[in-house]
Amino acid sequence: MQYYLILAAILFAIGLFGVITRRNTIGILMSLELMFNAAIINFVTFNKYSLAEGLTGQMFGIFIIVIAAAEATVGLAIVLLIYRNWRGIDSDNYSIMKW
Amino acid sequence: MTEHAYLIPLLPLFAFVMVVFFLRWKEPLAAGFSIAMILCTWVMSIWVLIETLARHGEPYEFFFYITSFASLNFEIGILVDPLTAMMLIVVTTVGSCVQIYSLGYMKGDPKFSRFFAYLSLFCFSMLGLVLANNFFMIFIFWELVGLTSYLLIGFWSEKKVAADAGKKAFITTRIGDLGFIVGLLLVAAYCGTFNYGEVFDKIGAGVMPLGVLTMAAIFLFCGAVGKSAQFPLHVWLPDAMEGPTPVSALIHAATMVAAGVYLVARFMNVFIGSADASMVVAVIGIITSVLAASIALVQNDIKRVLAYSTVSQLGYMIMALGLYGYDTAQGHHSAGYVAGTLHLMTHAFFKGLLFLGAGSVIHAVHTNDIQEMGGLFRKMKATSITFMIASLSIAGIFPLSGFWSKDEIVVATSHHPIFMVLTLTVAFMTAFYMWRLCFLTFFGEPRDAERYEHAHESPKSMTGPLIVLGVLSVVAGWVALPWLHHGFSSFVYHGEVHHAGPNYLLMLISTVVAVSGIVLAWLVYHKKAISADALAEKFRPIHTLLYNKYYFDELYDLILIRPILAFGRFWWSFDARVVDGMVNGTGRATILWSDLKEWFDVHIVDGAVNGCGWVVNQAASKLKYLQTGAVQFYALFMLLMIVAVALFKFEMTRVATTWPVLTAIFFSGVVLLGLLVRQTANKKKTADVLESDK
Repeated sequence: MQYYLILAAILFAIGLFGVITRRNTIGILMSLELMFNAAIINFVTFNKYSLAEGLTGQMFGIFIIVIAAAEATVGLAIVLLIYRNWRGIDSDNYSIMKW
Repeated sequence: MTEHAYLIPLLPLFAFVMVVFFLRWKEPLAAGFSIAMILCTWVMSIWVLIETLARHGEPYEFFFYITSFASLNFEIGILVDPLTAMMLIVVTTVGSCVQIYSLGYMKGDPKFSRFFAYLSLFCFSMLGLVLANNFFMIFIFWELVGLTSYLLIGFWSEKKVAADAGKKAFITTRIGDLGFIVGLLLVAAYCGTFNYGEVFDKIGAGVMPLGVLTMAAIFLFCGAVGKSAQFPLHVWLPDAMEGPTPVSALIHAATMVAAGVYLVARFMNVFIGSADASMVVAVIGIITSVLAASIALVQNDIKRVLAYSTVSQLGYMIMALGLYGYDTAQGHHSAGYVAGTLHLMTHAFFKGLLFLGAGSVIHAVHTNDIQEMGGLFRKMKATSITFMIASLSIAGIFPLSGFWSKDEIVVATSHHPIFMVLTLTVAFMTAFYMWRLCFLTFFGEPRDAERYEHAHESPKSMTGPLIVLGVLSVVAGWVALPWLHHGFSSFVYHGEVHHAGPNYLLMLISTVVAVSGIVLAWLVYHKKAISADALAEKFRPIHTLLYNKYYFDELYDLILIRPILAFGRFWWSFDARVVDGMVNGTGRATILWSDLKEWFDVHIVDGAVNGCGWVVNQAASKLKYLQTGAVQFYALFMLLMIVAVALFKFEMTRVATTWPVLTAIFFSGVVLLGLLVRQTANKKKTADVLESDK
């Protein structure tokens, strides 16, 4: 079971690293998807090993996939708007919401 | 009728209320209503007298309890006995005459209605006093009488003299009243009741020890001394002549001042218990009588002469009553009680007449000074004749009323030679000064031609009462003719009926004395056989002493008023310095204290408030750099937070003591991170600026 969890942790860490370090907004979104996947793997793993029967973990996994799809939609729409405004999608471009 | 006698005082009270509240603006109606009420009471009084006569003087008492305090019952009630019936007649007769007379005398006065209101109030108080059946009630009416006297003496209050005289009268009688209330409380304390009958029964049974009884009697007598203007409290009565003349006639001659005499007569049971107290009463009476009569010899103000004459006659009555008490206490018979009360009645009539006559004269010549009058007989027939009747009466000429009552008084002194000599001396002086007054006013040549020219007889409303009182001055004494076996002395008496037959020797002596006084006055002031000025010159020191009224006012000023004023000033300065100082000191201390608190408020409290603001402001100006706007920075921060929370969560359970350290590390990490971000942001900004410049 720990292999699955380690895999998920590694996947999560890679996603996290990507979110924090990528400059390209598309890249950030992609890294986010990695983190989602890590979470799904965790859910499924725990369902398999902790709950003898029942599909709660799998249900959550599917639920997260749906959410991720919606999130990607919204995110990409935002990215599109950012691109229109700044002619670029680097995250540094839109750091105007500061004091 | 007697059972409705309570109406007698209530009718004048009703008149007072009506005049004050409803009729004040309709002057004739006000006066008319007031007069109608007093005439009603007069009729009722006569009725009461007739019924009392029919009951052979059996007292009628009617009362109810209003409240009780401890074991003392306070009651309101009336007591009608011969003395009361007689006083009712006196008060209402003189009261009616005076009110009718005032119609003419006060005509055109701006306070006309008010005058009648006061007169009615006075009649109410006086009748209440007379009808009271207990000590408590008599005291209330006693004070009411004092009040109305004050109001009426100071009636022309715009004149300072009148206002001062009112104050003097009130304060002087208050001194006597203080004694009265002390005596009253002594009686109540020992007897446990205020009711006359019960008190007298208990005193008769010996409830009060002799010493206490003497003290109580003397204290009660103090009230009479004040009200009846006896030595040494006689000084107010002559000054009270500043009031309107009808007031002088009603209050300061006929009724109110007689209240003191009435009091002594009413409380006779107290006095006969103590020979010493009765002797004090008699001595005070004769001293007053002699003093006042001698002062009256040389006064020039017509009303003042009459005032001193009143004081002197009241002294007579008091003396007679005192001697009665003394003789009875010694177990002798005495005519004093009858003499005192009879003289009270006759004196009320002729002295009321004298005052009203004097008022008529003053009304005509507009001066009080007899040296400026003279020869008025030709102008004012009715006034002169009635005035002379009264003068004859007071001098004691047969067969006028004054003769009979004065004769009784002389009879009463028959066991006391000193008193008798002094009484006859006073009788002589009385005859002299009254006829000095008559001769100077009505006979001889006018000494002030202008005033004489303008003199005229007074209107009918004024001469009418004069004539009524003139008739009464003649006949009132006849009820006590010594040949009558059921006359005055068997109606108004105290203890047992004591009927003394006529004493022709004393009658002769007193007539001779009176006539010689009149003849001397005639010689000096009419015939001018003896010069008044030469006499005055010859007895210069005595004349000065008498003219200045034995310097009583000056003496009181020196020994009483000045020390009291000095005392008052001392306490005033104490008040101004110490008490005010304390108050001001408290004020200053409060100001200082509040200054202190203001400083504290401004510097400490406001400082704390501003300090909070300042700290928040400062912290915010540093922490605002955390908001960089860089999304990835936020994400990193979130990561750190989650790590920190996780650490905190898991480490807490194991190493509880380290959490403050962890927190400290966390916050310092946040701060360091913030500073770091700020630096990089600044650098980046400058870089951007440089870039855009390019």
